Amino acid sequence: MEELDGEPVVTLIPGVNSKKQMCFDWGPGEILVCETFFNQKETSEMVPSCPFIHIIRKDVDVYSKILRKLFNESHGIFVGLQRIEEELNGKSRKAQLVRVSKNYRSVIRACMEEMHQVALAGKDGASGHQFSSQVSILSAMELIWNLCEILFIEVAPAGPLLLHLLDWVRLHVCEVDSLLADVLGTGNPSKHESFWNLVTILVLQGRLDEARQMLSREADANPASGDMCHILGDLMRTMPILSPGNTQTLTELELKWQHWREECERHLQDNTFAASPALESLCKIMLGDEATLLEQKELLNNWYHFLVTRLLYSHPTVKPIDLHIYAQSSLDMFLGGESSPEPLDNILMAAFEFDIHQVIKECSIALSNWWFVAHLTDLLDHCRLLQSHNLYFGSNMREFLLLEYASGLFAHHSLWQLGVDYFDHCPELGRVSLELHIERIPLITEQKALKVLRICEQRQMTEQVRSICKVLAMKALRDSRLGSALSWSIRAKDAAFATLVSDRFLRDYCEHGCFSDLDLIDNLGPAMMLSDRLTFLGKYREFHRLYGERCFSGASALLLSLMTSRIAPRSFWMTLLTDALPLLEQKQVIFSAEQTYALMRCLEDLTSRKLECEEPDAQKPQDDDIETTKLEMLRLALARNLARAIIKEGSLEGS
Amino acid sequence: MESICAKFVSQKISKTRWRPLPAGSLQTAETFATGSWDNEDNYVSLWSIGDFGNLDSDGGFEGDHQLLCEIRHGGDVMDLQFFDQERIVAASSTGCITVFLHHTNNQTLSINQQWKTAHHHTKSYSAYRGAPCTGIVCDNPEIVTVGEDGRINLFRVDHKEAVRTIDNADSSTLHAVTFLRTPEIVTVNSIGQLKIWDFRQQGNEPAQILSLNGDRVPLHCVDRHPNQQHVVATGGQDGMLSIWDVRQGTMPVSLLKAHEAEMWEVHFHPSKPDHLFTCSEDGSLWHWDASIDMPEKSSLFHQGGRSSTFLSQSISNQANVQQSISSWLSTDPAKDRIEITSLLPTRTLSVNSLDVLGPCLVCGTDAEAIYVTRQLFS
Repeated sequence: MEELDGEPVVTLIPGVNSKKQMCFDWGPGEILVCETFFNQKETSEMVPSCPFIHIIRKDVDVYSKILRKLFNESHGIFVGLQRIEEELNGKSRKAQLVRVSKNYRSVIRACMEEMHQVALAGKDGASGHQFSSQVSILSAMELIWNLCEILFIEVAPAGPLLLHLLDWVRLHVCEVDSLLADVLGTGNPSKHESFWNLVTILVLQGRLDEARQMLSREADANPASGDMCHILGDLMRTMPILSPGNTQTLTELELKWQHWREECERHLQDNTFAASPALESLCKIMLGDEATLLEQKELLNNWYHFLVTRLLYSHPTVKPIDLHIYAQSSLDMFLGGESSPEPLDNILMAAFEFDIHQVIKECSIALSNWWFVAHLTDLLDHCRLLQSHNLYFGSNMREFLLLEYASGLFAHHSLWQLGVDYFDHCPELGRVSLELHIERIPLITEQKALKVLRICEQRQMTEQVRSICKVLAMKALRDSRLGSALSWSIRAKDAAFATLVSDRFLRDYCEHGCFSDLDLIDNLGPAMMLSDRLTFLGKYREFHRLYGERCFSGASALLLSLMTSRIAPRSFWMTLLTDALPLLEQKQVIFSAEQTYALMRCLEDLTSRKLECEEPDAQKPQDDDIETTKLEMLRLALARNLARAIIKEGSLEGS
Repeated sequence: MESICAKFVSQKISKTRWRPLPAGSLQTAETFATGSWDNEDNYVSLWSIGDFGNLDSDGGFEGDHQLLCEIRHGGDVMDLQFFDQERIVAASSTGCITVFLHHTNNQTLSINQQWKTAHHHTKSYSAYRGAPCTGIVCDNPEIVTVGEDGRINLFRVDHKEAVRTIDNADSSTLHAVTFLRTPEIVTVNSIGQLKIWDFRQQGNEPAQILSLNGDRVPLHCVDRHPNQQHVVATGGQDGMLSIWDVRQGTMPVSLLKAHEAEMWEVHFHPSKPDHLFTCSEDGSLWHWDASIDMPEKSSLFHQGGRSSTFLSQSISNQANVQQSISSWLSTDPAKDRIEITSLLPTRTLSVNSLDVLGPCLVCGTDAEAIYVTRQLFS
């Protein structure tokens, strides 16, 4: 057992007296909790203070209406990702994976925006607060995912790495855009109270073109500082940056950058900007002066912004492996010992250290759902970054997380369909889990049952198919829907149940003298072979049809064969023999002599057995009377028929 | 077909239906209803694809459908039909039939009429057990419903009780119903039979039974050709599309291999009946075009070529092909040119329902998305 990473959180269940003994039971995604009477001395205290059984859900986010969109949409992306798998290699594969990662992120963003709208529209404070906390969780997810995308999937080398990180910061510290619109919206931007803040933020984010435009506005409005603004603007313009289409090498870039930096330093030493503290501070920022940067804590918002700005102006060609050194020092400097790092800081730090497992572990602890870690881990696994890691229980980490997530989906009354595909892509334990979960889905309508059956049939889960069909057949039988019951047992290929239903049909026939559900029985086709009793039912009905159509010779042969082949249950022989009576009494001879002998044999067989196992006082004498009359009538009819048959056959031969 | 627009709606959609256009109207469809299933709370919702979002929105797509109103519905919505412009009839898994009224002035839905025990098991182990109602069809003022209890009900919208009930009309589950000619309906059941019922006849025997021979594959949906009332299309559990001529024979005229799983709905285009639309549990939505008879059109399957696994299995058992112009009954393999286009960009979970009206198509899926396209024939 590994050591715990933290104290488990205590969850108080409203309405449950925690001082009393409680009992619980594990479910797939939930726990049942209730109070017990255990350890109570007096019977007067037997009144339960809480008569309820509580269901404790683990994965609460599954029940959020807006997050359902995230689950559904990302399910499509997940399935698509599993398909691209083996086809591609090298560069195109990487491009594909990056695109998948971006798709995931855009789904998170869409969800975040909707949540944001709802939070704004929400009138009551409580739910509004809940939504805005969800927004911040989603935003953190996207932040982490984006960083992981840059570091693990894109695997940007020195140079482009910084460009990606800049984009990352710009995307997540986006208050500047509204501020920019606000400042530009006024008639005289340079007189706006936040003007210098805005310019500073632009510089901090490396948006130097925009910063330059703002400075030129200041120069126009304030001719006294015009020269200074122009000089700083020129410095901004000439700062060497690696552009994506450029072919220059890193060494060339570094050389140019050194020259530029020296020029900046010279201006600072010459006190070019002495007259304007704001401009001077901007110049210092552009030199990567840490003290000046830390003065702008408010505008930087967070340590990773500080890190990226610091890298931009002091180490523009930072290598991926050096990243964690700067990250750690940036975090330390930014927090300055005043506060301790939060979970998000730890996660980002782990990412900068390229410790994927730590990232996933911290995320699992910090986030309230499995969606994020399951999907991220799966994606990273497709980047072949996780292969070495096996857990000491179950399967590997990817599979473990996917199973957790899918189980959460299955606990939901409606999202279970999504879970199926996740189980499908867990090679080791997925199938077993699916088998266990799928049988437990409540089946209210046949349509839902058909959907579940389709899932099972596609995966050759014959045991589950049988069990589901049996449940449905049983339900139909209880509702006296014999036709449905029979259809389901045929689909389940459940011979025992088909026999049971066939017996019900025969019993109904004996009671009412007519068959119900003829549309089904007449069209059994090859399904009739499922059980002997079902075959008998079908054949017996065929006998009635032939008889009804006055096709007597066919009917009589069928009737006899039902008994001689022993398909008919012995309990039913008497009925069959009685059915033979009208045939024996027809004008023309239907049963041949040989057939009549066979019938007689059947009758004797039946009566002799009856004598053997007869219990003296079990049967009422009245029943006996009817039985005896029936027997005598049969014997008489058989004897008469035999006589006629012998004469007919003899005369035919003679003629 | 790039202009298909998807929206995730946080509920599994079981049915989608366009609101019919007023007679003689030149407008295109703009309102549709949806029903959800398998939720804790299910809803009947009305949506608009009107253009009102176009001017002010910068991020909103053109034609993104907006929710107009919704009302809670007890049980899964098993079927949904517009009775007229304002009224929608919904079938529930509880066996209840509800008529909802749409108030256009304040965009709300209310219950107009309800038959709570329309479908139920008569000899159940518990005192009363509702049976899911699986299909409805409306022809003002009549509503016909069928259910898992094998019962057929005929309601009139202004009557409190059923006008006619056929108990035990079917020994198995009835899956769908549609009108053939006014007093005649056709039902399909779970043992591959198509039955025609005539309400003028008394008793509970069908006027005619047609069936798939052999495997008794359950039929899930049925639609009648809008102009030729003897031509009927059905979809089965194995995804097969069957075309029937109810005037002759007891077997389908042709069987077309289509989807890989249950075909949940089949619809002839109401005004262009050479076009047919089907959707399936396998997550696909297909457009069948039988209007092509130009031999020079070389490619049988054009750009939407995902579906090119199509394989025609027309059974030429009709010796006397009548001079009917219906392209669906033609059994000459050489002329059997049906072009199939897959309408959804990617495979999703089951597409449960679809509806077509003019150039517009709407469909709903188990992946909780509603897809709408307004340029079917562009």
